[in-house]
Amino acid sequence: METELLRQMIERAATRIAEHAEELTALDRAIGDGDHGINMKRGFEALRSEADRLAALDLAAALQQAGMTLVGKVGGASGPLYGSLLVGMGRAAAEGEGPAGMLAAGIAMVKRRGKAERGCKTMLDVLVPVQERLEGSAGEERRALMRGLRETADAALEATRDMVATRGRASFLGERSRGHLDPGAASSRLLVHAVCEVLEAEA
Amino acid sequence: MSGIVGIVIVSHSPKVAEGAAEMARQMVGDAVPLAHCGGDPGGGLGTDAQRIRDAIERVWNDAGVAVFVDLGGAEMNAEMAIDMLDEARRQRVRICNAPLVEGAVVAAAEASSGSDLEAVCAVAEDFSP
Repeated sequence: METELLRQMIERAATRIAEHAEELTALDRAIGDGDHGINMKRGFEALRSEADRLAALDLAAALQQAGMTLVGKVGGASGPLYGSLLVGMGRAAAEGEGPAGMLAAGIAMVKRRGKAERGCKTMLDVLVPVQERLEGSAGEERRALMRGLRETADAALEATRDMVATRGRASFLGERSRGHLDPGAASSRLLVHAVCEVLEAEA
Repeated sequence: MSGIVGIVIVSHSPKVAEGAAEMARQMVGDAVPLAHCGGDPGGGLGTDAQRIRDAIERVWNDAGVAVFVDLGGAEMNAEMAIDMLDEARRQRVRICNAPLVEGAVVAAAEASSGSDLEAVCAVAEDFSP
Protein backbone atom coordinates (compact mmCIF):
# COMPACT_ATOMS: atom_id res chain seq x y z
CA MET A 1 0.00 0.00 0.00
CA GLU A 2 2.68 2.43 1.06
CA THR A 3 4.92 1.29 -1.79
CA GLU A 4 2.11 1.65 -4.30
CA LEU A 5 1.56 5.21 -3.08
CA LEU A 6 5.24 5.99 -3.51
CA ARG A 7 5.18 4.66 -7.05
CA GLN A 8 2.19 6.86 -7.83
CA MET A 9 3.89 9.91 -6.31
CA ILE A 10 7.00 9.40 -8.42
CA GLU A 11 4.86 8.91 -11.51
CA ARG A 12 2.78 12.00 -10.82
CA ALA A 13 5.78 14.15 -9.93
CA ALA A 14 7.61 13.15 -13.11
CA THR A 15 4.49 13.89 -15.17
CA ARG A 16 3.89 17.30 -13.59
CA ILE A 17 7.57 18.28 -13.99
CA ALA A 18 7.56 17.16 -17.63
CA GLU A 19 4.34 19.08 -18.35
CA HIS A 20 5.81 22.24 -16.88
CA ALA A 21 9.46 21.85 -17.90
CA GLU A 22 9.33 24.65 -20.45
CA GLU A 23 7.66 26.99 -17.99
CA LEU A 24 10.35 26.23 -15.36
CA THR A 25 13.05 26.86 -17.91
CA ALA A 26 11.43 30.15 -18.95
CA LEU A 27 11.32 31.29 -15.31
CA ASP A 28 14.94 30.28 -14.89
CA ARG A 29 15.96 32.05 -18.08
CA ALA A 30 14.57 35.29 -16.64
CA ILE A 31 16.62 35.25 -13.43
CA GLY A 32 18.96 32.25 -13.60
CA ASP A 33 20.82 30.17 -16.14
CA GLY A 34 17.83 28.70 -17.96
CA ASP A 35 18.33 25.02 -17.29
CA HIS A 36 15.93 24.29 -14.43
CA GLY A 37 13.18 22.68 -16.48
CA ILE A 38 15.41 20.38 -18.46
CA ASN A 39 17.46 19.44 -15.39
CA MET A 40 14.40 18.60 -13.31
CA LYS A 41 12.84 16.67 -16.17
CA ARG A 42 15.97 14.57 -16.60
CA GLY A 43 16.12 13.86 -12.87
CA PHE A 44 12.48 12.90 -12.49
CA GLU A 45 12.48 10.75 -15.62
CA ALA A 46 15.40 8.89 -14.00
CA LEU A 47 13.29 8.48 -10.85
CA ARG A 48 10.38 7.23 -12.95
CA SER A 49 12.58 4.56 -14.50
CA GLU A 50 13.58 3.43 -11.00
CA ALA A 51 10.05 3.53 -9.57
CA ASP A 52 9.58 -0.25 -9.42
CA ARG A 53 12.87 -0.78 -7.64
CA LEU A 54 12.24 2.12 -5.21
CA ALA A 55 8.70 0.99 -4.45
CA ALA A 56 10.07 -2.37 -3.31
CA LEU A 57 12.09 -0.67 -0.54
CA ASP A 58 10.83 0.69 2.75
CA LEU A 59 10.01 4.38 2.69
CA ALA A 60 13.17 5.54 4.45
CA ALA A 61 15.49 3.67 2.09
CA ALA A 62 13.43 4.60 -0.99
CA LEU A 63 13.58 8.33 -0.19
CA GLN A 64 17.32 8.26 0.44
CA GLN A 65 18.01 6.37 -2.79
CA ALA A 66 15.69 8.65 -4.73
CA GLY A 67 17.62 11.60 -3.29
CA MET A 68 20.92 10.19 -4.51
CA THR A 69 19.40 9.65 -7.96
CA LEU A 70 18.39 13.30 -8.08
CA VAL A 71 21.88 14.38 -7.00
CA GLY A 72 23.35 12.32 -9.81
CA LYS A 73 20.86 13.12 -12.57
CA VAL A 74 19.53 16.64 -12.07
CA GLY A 75 22.83 18.51 -12.00
CA GLY A 76 22.93 22.25 -11.42
CA ALA A 77 22.26 23.41 -7.89
CA SER A 78 18.84 21.73 -7.89
CA GLY A 79 20.33 18.22 -7.86
CA PRO A 80 22.12 18.60 -4.53
CA LEU A 81 19.22 20.62 -3.10
CA TYR A 82 16.34 18.30 -4.02
CA GLY A 83 18.61 15.35 -3.29
CA SER A 84 19.27 16.72 0.20
CA LEU A 85 15.54 17.24 0.72
CA LEU A 86 14.74 13.59 0.01
CA VAL A 87 17.77 12.21 1.87
CA GLY A 88 16.85 14.31 4.91
CA MET A 89 13.23 13.12 4.73
CA GLY A 90 14.39 9.53 4.39
CA ARG A 91 16.66 9.75 7.42
CA ALA A 92 13.81 11.21 9.48
CA ALA A 93 11.50 8.42 8.27
CA ALA A 94 14.06 5.90 9.49
CA GLU A 95 13.87 7.53 12.90
CA GLY A 96 10.11 7.15 12.96
CA GLU A 97 9.13 10.73 12.16
CA GLY A 98 5.76 11.42 10.57
CA PRO A 99 5.21 13.55 7.44
CA ALA A 100 5.65 16.94 9.18
CA GLY A 101 8.84 15.84 10.93
CA MET A 102 10.19 14.30 7.73
CA LEU A 103 9.61 17.46 5.75
CA ALA A 104 11.17 19.55 8.54
CA ALA A 105 14.29 17.36 8.45
CA GLY A 106 14.48 17.59 4.65
CA ILE A 107 14.16 21.36 4.81
CA ALA A 108 16.92 21.54 7.42
CA MET A 109 19.25 19.73 5.02
CA VAL A 110 18.31 22.03 2.14
CA LYS A 111 19.05 25.05 4.32
CA ARG A 112 22.42 23.66 5.28
CA ARG A 113 23.36 22.65 1.74
CA GLY A 114 22.18 25.89 0.18
CA LYS A 115 23.23 28.13 3.08
CA ALA A 116 19.81 29.74 2.68
CA GLU A 117 16.81 30.61 4.80
CA ARG A 118 13.21 31.49 4.08
CA GLY A 119 12.98 34.83 2.27
CA CYS A 120 16.01 34.35 -0.01
CA LYS A 121 13.69 33.71 -3.00
CA THR A 122 14.34 29.99 -3.27
CA MET A 123 12.51 26.66 -3.06
CA LEU A 124 12.49 27.15 0.72
CA ASP A 125 9.90 29.90 0.30
CA VAL A 126 7.40 27.23 -0.76
CA LEU A 127 8.65 24.31 1.32
CA VAL A 128 8.78 26.12 4.67
CA PRO A 129 5.18 27.47 4.61
CA VAL A 130 3.93 24.07 3.41
CA GLN A 131 5.72 22.37 6.28
CA GLU A 132 4.25 24.86 8.75
CA ARG A 133 0.76 24.21 7.36
CA LEU A 134 1.37 20.47 7.74
CA GLU A 135 2.76 20.86 11.24
CA GLY A 136 -0.46 22.41 12.51
CA SER A 137 -2.80 19.93 10.82
CA ALA A 138 -3.29 17.19 13.41
CA GLY A 139 -6.80 15.77 13.19
CA GLU A 140 -7.68 17.64 10.00
CA GLU A 141 -9.66 15.71 7.40
CA ARG A 142 -7.34 14.52 4.65
CA ARG A 143 -9.11 16.06 1.66
CA ALA A 144 -9.29 19.47 3.34
CA LEU A 145 -5.67 19.21 4.36
CA MET A 146 -4.51 18.36 0.84
CA ARG A 147 -6.44 21.30 -0.54
CA GLY A 148 -4.98 23.51 2.19
CA LEU A 149 -1.43 22.42 1.40
CA ARG A 150 -1.89 23.08 -2.31
CA GLU A 151 -3.30 26.52 -1.63
CA THR A 152 -0.45 27.28 0.75
CA ALA A 153 2.05 26.29 -1.95
CA ASP A 154 0.26 28.41 -4.57
CA ALA A 155 0.27 31.50 -2.37
CA ALA A 156 3.85 30.91 -1.28
CA LEU A 157 5.04 30.69 -4.88
CA GLU A 158 3.22 33.89 -5.78
CA ALA A 159 4.88 35.62 -2.80
CA THR A 160 8.34 34.97 -4.30
CA ARG A 161 7.51 37.43 -7.09
CA ASP A 162 8.16 40.44 -4.89
CA MET A 163 11.26 39.03 -3.24
CA VAL A 164 14.83 40.01 -4.07
CA ALA A 165 17.07 36.97 -4.50
CA THR A 166 19.97 36.70 -2.10
CA ARG A 167 21.04 33.13 -2.93
CA GLY A 168 21.74 31.37 -6.19
CA ARG A 169 22.37 32.71 -9.65
CA ALA A 170 19.44 35.14 -9.37
CA SER A 171 21.23 36.96 -6.55
CA PHE A 172 23.65 38.39 -9.16
CA LEU A 173 20.69 40.37 -10.50
CA GLY A 174 19.92 41.97 -7.13
CA GLU A 175 16.91 44.30 -7.41
CA ARG A 176 16.26 43.12 -10.96
CA SER A 177 15.27 39.70 -9.64
CA ARG A 178 12.13 41.35 -8.22
CA GLY A 179 9.01 40.86 -10.33
CA HIS A 180 9.80 37.27 -11.32
CA LEU A 181 8.62 34.03 -9.74
CA ASP A 182 11.45 31.89 -8.42
CA PRO A 183 11.98 28.77 -10.56
CA GLY A 184 12.96 26.58 -7.59
CA ALA A 185 9.87 27.67 -5.69
CA ALA A 186 7.83 26.88 -8.83
CA SER A 187 9.19 23.33 -9.08
CA SER A 188 8.65 22.82 -5.34
CA ARG A 189 5.02 23.89 -5.77
CA LEU A 190 4.60 21.35 -8.57
CA LEU A 191 5.99 18.58 -6.36
CA VAL A 192 3.71 19.56 -3.46
CA HIS A 193 0.77 19.41 -5.87
CA ALA A 194 1.83 16.01 -7.20
CA VAL A 195 2.09 14.47 -3.74
CA CYS A 196 -1.19 16.04 -2.58
CA GLU A 197 -3.04 14.85 -5.70
CA VAL A 198 -1.99 11.26 -5.06
CA LEU A 199 -2.90 11.38 -1.37
CA GLU A 200 -6.21 13.10 -2.08
CA ALA A 201 -7.23 10.43 -4.60
CA GLU A 202 -6.40 7.90 -1.91
CA ALA A 203 -8.62 9.58 0.70
CA MET B 1 52.07 13.70 6.22
CA SER B 2 53.70 13.09 2.87
CA GLY B 3 53.08 13.83 -0.77
CA ILE B 4 52.06 16.90 -2.70
CA VAL B 5 48.64 18.49 -2.19
CA GLY B 6 46.34 17.63 -5.08
CA ILE B 7 44.35 20.27 -6.99
CA VAL B 8 40.86 19.76 -8.43
CA ILE B 9 39.33 22.36 -10.76
CA VAL B 10 35.53 22.35 -11.15
CA SER B 11 33.67 24.56 -13.61
CA HIS B 12 30.20 24.52 -15.14
CA SER B 13 32.05 24.55 -18.45
CA PRO B 14 34.31 21.57 -19.32
CA LYS B 15 36.33 23.95 -21.50
CA VAL B 16 36.91 26.41 -18.67
CA ALA B 17 37.94 23.56 -16.35
CA GLU B 18 40.31 22.17 -18.96
CA GLY B 19 41.77 25.58 -19.74
CA ALA B 20 42.36 26.45 -16.10
CA ALA B 21 44.03 23.07 -15.57
CA GLU B 22 46.21 23.71 -18.61
CA MET B 23 47.35 27.03 -17.12
CA ALA B 24 48.16 25.43 -13.78
CA ARG B 25 49.95 22.58 -15.53
CA GLN B 26 52.12 25.08 -17.39
CA MET B 27 53.34 26.41 -14.03
CA VAL B 28 54.09 23.13 -12.34
CA GLY B 29 54.37 20.41 -14.97
CA ASP B 30 53.69 16.98 -13.53
CA ALA B 31 54.95 17.90 -10.04
CA VAL B 32 51.39 18.40 -8.70
CA PRO B 33 48.49 15.93 -8.94
CA LEU B 34 45.90 17.87 -10.93
CA ALA B 35 42.39 16.94 -12.08
CA HIS B 36 39.57 18.89 -13.64
CA CYS B 37 35.92 18.31 -14.41
CA GLY B 38 32.99 20.24 -15.79
CA GLY B 39 29.58 19.73 -17.33
CA ASP B 40 26.38 18.23 -15.97
CA PRO B 41 25.30 14.58 -16.23
CA GLY B 42 23.49 15.36 -19.49
CA GLY B 43 26.54 16.87 -21.16
CA GLY B 44 25.42 20.49 -20.83
CA LEU B 45 26.86 23.30 -18.73
CA GLY B 46 26.77 22.38 -15.05
CA THR B 47 28.49 20.23 -12.47
CA ASP B 48 28.11 16.68 -11.24
CA ALA B 49 28.89 15.52 -7.70
CA GLN B 50 29.89 12.03 -8.82
CA ARG B 51 32.41 13.31 -11.34
CA ILE B 52 33.85 15.76 -8.81
CA ARG B 53 34.25 12.89 -6.38
CA ASP B 54 36.04 10.85 -9.07
CA ALA B 55 38.36 13.80 -9.74
CA ILE B 56 39.19 14.09 -6.03
CA GLU B 57 39.94 10.36 -5.90
CA ARG B 58 42.22 10.64 -8.94
CA VAL B 59 44.52 13.18 -7.27
CA TRP B 60 44.12 11.82 -3.74
CA ASN B 61 47.12 11.46 -1.49
CA ASP B 62 47.67 11.90 2.24
CA ALA B 63 48.67 15.55 1.83
CA GLY B 64 45.05 16.30 0.93
CA VAL B 65 43.21 18.00 -1.92
CA ALA B 66 42.31 21.63 -2.62
CA VAL B 67 39.16 22.09 -4.73
CA PHE B 68 38.44 25.17 -6.84
CA VAL B 69 34.89 25.91 -8.02
CA ASP B 70 33.21 28.60 -10.08
CA LEU B 71 29.51 29.30 -9.32
CA GLY B 72 26.85 28.22 -6.77
CA GLY B 73 25.96 24.74 -8.00
CA ALA B 74 29.61 23.88 -8.42
CA GLU B 75 30.24 24.62 -4.76
CA MET B 76 27.18 22.63 -3.68
CA ASN B 77 28.09 19.65 -5.84
CA ALA B 78 31.67 19.80 -4.54
CA GLU B 79 30.30 19.67 -0.98
CA MET B 80 28.17 16.66 -1.93
CA ALA B 81 31.22 15.02 -3.52
CA ILE B 82 33.20 15.51 -0.32
CA ASP B 83 30.31 14.06 1.71
CA MET B 84 30.54 10.92 -0.45
CA LEU B 85 34.21 10.34 0.48
CA ASP B 86 35.38 8.12 3.32
CA GLU B 87 35.34 9.88 6.67
CA ALA B 88 39.14 9.95 6.90
CA ARG B 89 39.54 11.55 3.47
CA ARG B 90 36.76 14.06 4.02
CA GLN B 91 38.88 15.82 6.64
CA ARG B 92 41.68 16.38 4.13
CA VAL B 93 39.70 18.03 1.32
CA ARG B 94 39.05 21.78 1.26
CA ILE B 95 36.96 23.92 -1.06
CA CYS B 96 38.97 27.11 -1.49
CA ASN B 97 37.18 30.43 -1.44
CA ALA B 98 39.24 31.80 -4.33
CA PRO B 99 38.78 32.71 -7.99
CA LEU B 100 38.88 29.57 -10.14
CA VAL B 101 41.69 30.30 -12.56
CA GLU B 102 43.96 32.51 -10.47
CA GLY B 103 43.35 30.45 -7.34
CA ALA B 104 44.16 27.15 -9.01
CA VAL B 105 47.34 28.49 -10.60
CA VAL B 106 48.81 30.00 -7.43
CA ALA B 107 47.69 26.99 -5.38
CA ALA B 108 49.42 24.61 -7.80
CA ALA B 109 52.60 26.69 -7.57
CA GLU B 110 52.43 26.64 -3.77
CA ALA B 111 51.69 22.90 -3.70
CA SER B 112 54.68 22.18 -5.93
CA SER B 113 56.97 23.56 -3.21
CA GLY B 114 55.67 20.91 -0.80
CA SER B 115 53.45 23.19 1.32
CA ASP B 116 50.66 21.62 3.33
CA LEU B 117 46.93 21.88 2.52
CA GLU B 118 46.32 24.86 4.81
CA ALA B 119 49.17 26.84 3.25
CA VAL B 120 48.07 25.97 -0.29
CA CYS B 121 44.51 27.14 0.40
CA ALA B 122 45.68 30.25 2.26
CA VAL B 123 47.83 31.46 -0.62
CA ALA B 124 44.92 30.99 -3.05
CA GLU B 125 42.40 32.64 -0.74
CA ASP B 126 44.70 35.61 -0.08
CA PHE B 127 45.49 36.10 -3.73
CA SER B 128 44.49 39.40 -5.28
CA PRO B 129 45.60 40.25 -8.76
